[in-house]
Parts: sequence; C-alpha cells; structure tokens
Amino acid sequence: MMKKIILSILCLMFTSMVSAAGGAYIGEPANTNIKSQSSLQKGAKTYMNYCLACHSMAFQRYNRVAEDLGLTEDEMMDSLVLTDAKFADKMTHTMTKEQGTQWFGKAPPDLSVIAKARGVDWLYNYMINFYVDPTRPSGWNNLTFPNASMPHVLWEQQGIREAKFETHTDEAGGSHKEFVGFNTIEEGQLNEQAYKDLVRDLVNFLDYSSEPAQLIRMSYAPWVLLFTALFTFLAYLLKVNYFRDIH
Amino acid sequence: MGKIASSRTKSSNGLMDWFNHRLPVTQFYKDHLSEYYAPKNFNFWYFFGSLALLVLVNQIVTGIWLTMHYKPDAAQAFGMVEYIMRDVPWGWLIRYLHTTGASAFFIVIYLHMFRGLLYGSYKKPRELIWVFGMIIYVALMAEAFMGYVLPWGNMSYWGAKVITQLFAAVPWVGDALVEWVRGDYLISDATLNRFFALHVIALPLVIVVLVVLHLAALHTVGSNNPEGVDIKKHKDDNGVPKDGIPFHPYYTVKDIFGVGMFLLIFLFIVFVKPDMGGLFLEHDNYVPADPSSTPDHIKPVWYFTPFYAMLRAVPDMQMGALIMALAIVVLFFLPWLDRSPVKSIRYRRWPYKLMLSLFAMTFVVLGWLGMQAGSELQKLTAQILTGFYFFYFVWLFFYSRNETYHEVPERIEK
Repeated sequence: MMKKIILSILCLMFTSMVSAAGGAYIGEPANTNIKSQSSLQKGAKTYMNYCLACHSMAFQRYNRVAEDLGLTEDEMMDSLVLTDAKFADKMTHTMTKEQGTQWFGKAPPDLSVIAKARGVDWLYNYMINFYVDPTRPSGWNNLTFPNASMPHVLWEQQGIREAKFETHTDEAGGSHKEFVGFNTIEEGQLNEQAYKDLVRDLVNFLDYSSEPAQLIRMSYAPWVLLFTALFTFLAYLLKVNYFRDIH
Repeated sequence: MGKIASSRTKSSNGLMDWFNHRLPVTQFYKDHLSEYYAPKNFNFWYFFGSLALLVLVNQIVTGIWLTMHYKPDAAQAFGMVEYIMRDVPWGWLIRYLHTTGASAFFIVIYLHMFRGLLYGSYKKPRELIWVFGMIIYVALMAEAFMGYVLPWGNMSYWGAKVITQLFAAVPWVGDALVEWVRGDYLISDATLNRFFALHVIALPLVIVVLVVLHLAALHTVGSNNPEGVDIKKHKDDNGVPKDGIPFHPYYTVKDIFGVGMFLLIFLFIVFVKPDMGGLFLEHDNYVPADPSSTPDHIKPVWYFTPFYAMLRAVPDMQMGALIMALAIVVLFFLPWLDRSPVKSIRYRRWPYKLMLSLFAMTFVVLGWLGMQAGSELQKLTAQILTGFYFFYFVWLFFYSRNETYHEVPERIEK
C-alpha cells in the first residue's frame, strides 16, 4: 500500500504536462533538432530576414548566436546582421510599441522566450496554418491561433490558401465550424515539404533562443549524472560498511 | 623529540580547552552528533529531514547569488531573470538550482510530513516538534509564493493578484488588508519590492530560526522510529539506549547516501528537464507581466494546488478561503486529534491504514484537480474530496479514542 502511495505521488510529480492553449489546432509535431547547427543557422537567417523587423529578440545577442551556431564574426556581420547593429548588441529593432499597436492592432511581442511560453509544436503549427480571410483586418487568419493580428509574412514561400470549413449543428441547436482542409489559390515558391522545413528550422532557432544555455546544460548532463552516480555508489558502500555491526 | 611532540599535543588540547571554557563546542558536538543516540532502525522515510536541510542550504546559497544579479523593479525584473540566464556566467545553473530547489523543497517536506503520519511522530512527547514543523511549512508556503512573484512573469502577476485578493475574505478589514499587503491598489512595483524584501530577508530568517527550534525540540525528546517504540526505556549501564546508535558517524554516513540518491534525481531535473514540462516553471510565466492580459487558466505552482482545488470547490470566495485556511490549521492539531496511544502504523489495524491511504490519495488527487481547468465533474470530485479531507480528521478523533491495535513490542527487534 505504502509503495502505491509513493508511486502515485511520484507519478503526479514527474508527469510532463503538455499544456496547449484551449482549442488550438495542433496538426503535427514540430520535430525540431536543437543539436543540428545547420538547421539553427537556416532558422537564424529566416528570423533575421522576415521576423526581426517587427519582433525583437531583446534578450539575445548577435555574438552569442554566432558563437553557439558556429559562425565567425565576419560571417555573422555580413550575412545575418541586417541592421546597423554591432556584433555584441542585442537583437532589437526600431519599431516602438505605439507604432506596433497602431499598425497591427496589437504590438508584435518580443520573441526571446516565446518557445518557452508557447512550445515548439504550437509555433510550428502556427506558422504553417495561415489562410486568407477577407473578414480580418490583415486579410489573414490562422487555424492554430484564430484571429491572430499577424499577417502571413511567409506567404511568398508558402503560397496563398483558403480554409474550408463545414458547419455542423449539434443537438442543443448550437452550430460550430469544423476545419476540413485547405484550397490552394496561388502556389508558393516552395513546395509543401520545403516550406515545412523552413518553418521547422525557424522554430528550432526560436527554441534555441529561448534558452541558449540549454546547449551547454545538456552537454554537461551525462557527466554530472555519472559523477553523482559514482558518488552515490561509494556512499552506499561506506554506509553498508558502517552498518555491518548494527543488528 | 618526545618533548616537542608532547608540547604539541598539549597545545592542541589547549586550543580546544580555550574554546570550551568560552563556548561549549565539544559538548555541543557530543550532544547533537557523536552522542546523540538515534534509533537504529531508521528507514527510507528518515532521509527527508536531512534532505530538507540540504535543500534549505541550497536555496539560501543560490538565493544569495541570484540577488547579486537581480533588481526588484517592475520594469526590469523579467529582463533580469533572462540576464541571469544568458549573460551571467553560470547564471542559468544558479537559477535552475533555485527553481528546482523550490519544488524539491516541497516534495521533500510533503514526504517528511507523511513520514510523521505513518509513524505517529507528532504524538506525545513530540507535539511541539510537529507544531514547529507546521509553522515552517506555512512560512515556506509564504516564501515560495513571494519568490514566484519575483520573475514578474504573467503568472507571477496574476497569481499574486488572486492570492493577495484572498485577504479580502477577512471580515470588516478585508479590503484594507489587501491594500496593505500589496502596498498599492494593484499588484505593482511596490508589491514586487516588498515581496523581494520578505523573500530574501524576513522569511528566510524566520525559517532558519524555526528549523533551529524544530531540531532543538527533537534533540530534547529524541527521534521516533518506524516501530514507534521509545528507545529511552531500555538503557545500558552507561545510560545509552540499547537500541540507539550515535547519529555521527552512523546516520551522517547513511544520510550522505540519501543525499546522493536525492541529487541523482534533482540534478537530472536541473540539467535535463528544468521546466518539468511546465510543472516547475510554468509556460505562462515566460510571458512578461501584463495587467491587461489574463492567462487562459490561472493556477498556482503544483505544491499549492491541493489547497487551490479546495478554494475553487467552494462556490463562495469567502467560504473557500476559510476552508483553505482550515485545511492547513487542522494539521496543527493533529497531535491532539489522534488519541491512540500507538504511534506506528505497523501496529494499528486496517481501518487506520485504509483511511490514511485514502487521505494521502485525496491530497494527491486534489493536487491534480487544482491544476486542471475545472470541468463540472472535476469540481464535483474536488468538493467530495475536500469533504473527505476534513472528514478524515473528525473520523480520526473519534476512532482513535477506543482504537484496538496490535501489541507493540518493548524493544526494536531486528
């Protein structure tokens, strides 16, 4: 009985809780790989080109990105720093909060730790599930984040799609829309798989940026645990030896 | 040669003597370590006392280093945490040791308290140890709550708002009290500042003093054990309990092994899964505090959720706050609610074993319910379990009066 109690307490404490915002459409997992430096580099490039103008990453520094992604200062400054920022600067932009609110209805948030707040799966699905919706101020809507104020920035890559919904009436008389699929209106520059890979790399970069130290942290983990296990084993032998005469 | 050696020995004795004439160092060492006799049959459950001490030290040391880089300023606090995570060398490790330590503290304390329930460690003559322990638990909850506000994330903000609002349940002075606690009409910079002061100075001092009292009371009457028998009843000619062994070296060595096992789990979390998937560090707290944007689902960190479930189970906020407070207050009276002379669960009969198991499960399930969004079924379950939580103590009070039990041995047989 006691073991069961302990077990249930442990189960509760060590169960990962996947929290998804209510009703968000998560069609497929992001499958990012934080250890892939080339994926992170491609993601950083997409971020600098398409995101940073509106979304600052104010806690992240260019030189830290360069160091962690295996880039030299020249490589970083030539191909990834598109503003007049210096190498050690933080990744900020010039749009003020007031301008952001005026232009988009809601100021674009800083994305330094967005992957911690939303999770990679949510971000990935958000970026692949835009569709045109003339009723929205930006002309775009999103399955994962309905009525988001952000327009589809990567529409040239993905193309233009509309979403098909079927309206069902339930027994209580209420009607609800069910998503049934996309119609392509205009093909994008990338095919579906290439676009998804682009987003995957971008989300991977966001995941890395939410905690740059995770690369070091995870590389230390096996050694720290190995040392602790060895220590515990020796402590166990010592304890057994001391308690040999206690009956 | 011999002369020099003897004069050396003399001088080292002299140094100890010098101290002992001014401060009872040797006596203290004997009283609390080398000649403090603890029962020889401590099991797994007896690791959690020393582990609680270890986690306390961890929190204080990492806390000191965190304060070196943090500013309790509503405009900067969120960024300061990210500064620690990114720009301070090893800052990420210090912060994760502190955040994981907070959850570990409660895991260890809950298991430590449950040990007390299993073996009746709160019973005469150890009532005061239990009461001091309960005060530590309450102080720890306040400490954890205020620490949670410091990163100034959106859950910090809204959690602080909901919890401080509970003071409004106090009759007559409620609203004034809320304002007094917050230092403002809203949760604001003033609130953050005072919570910082309380978190880094006031409450740690209180907790350390209480831990000293908890241990002093323990060492006055001696430790209980899984058999629940009094080892002081049978002493040898030197006055040493026959079933006792010196705390040092026996239990210091054993506790080091316990520390090793604890660190394996603790460091795994710190290095591999510091968020615990949103359980130790919540997703919504990575969004900066925003008074105009309520999180979808406001909930406290896991260690408060059993009480949060009780709060939500009661439709009326004032009553809910009262029930929640009573759920903690009733624990203080456990030494007097349990009137059975038998301490250990090993010698109590099945009704007690069954009820204690149900009570423990109730607490765990309430904790789970407190994390959920709260459907109608969940709310009903929380109401039933809240009822059972209190029923347990009423039942215990009457049942333990004329409880039948198995015969308790005179000594520890093993």
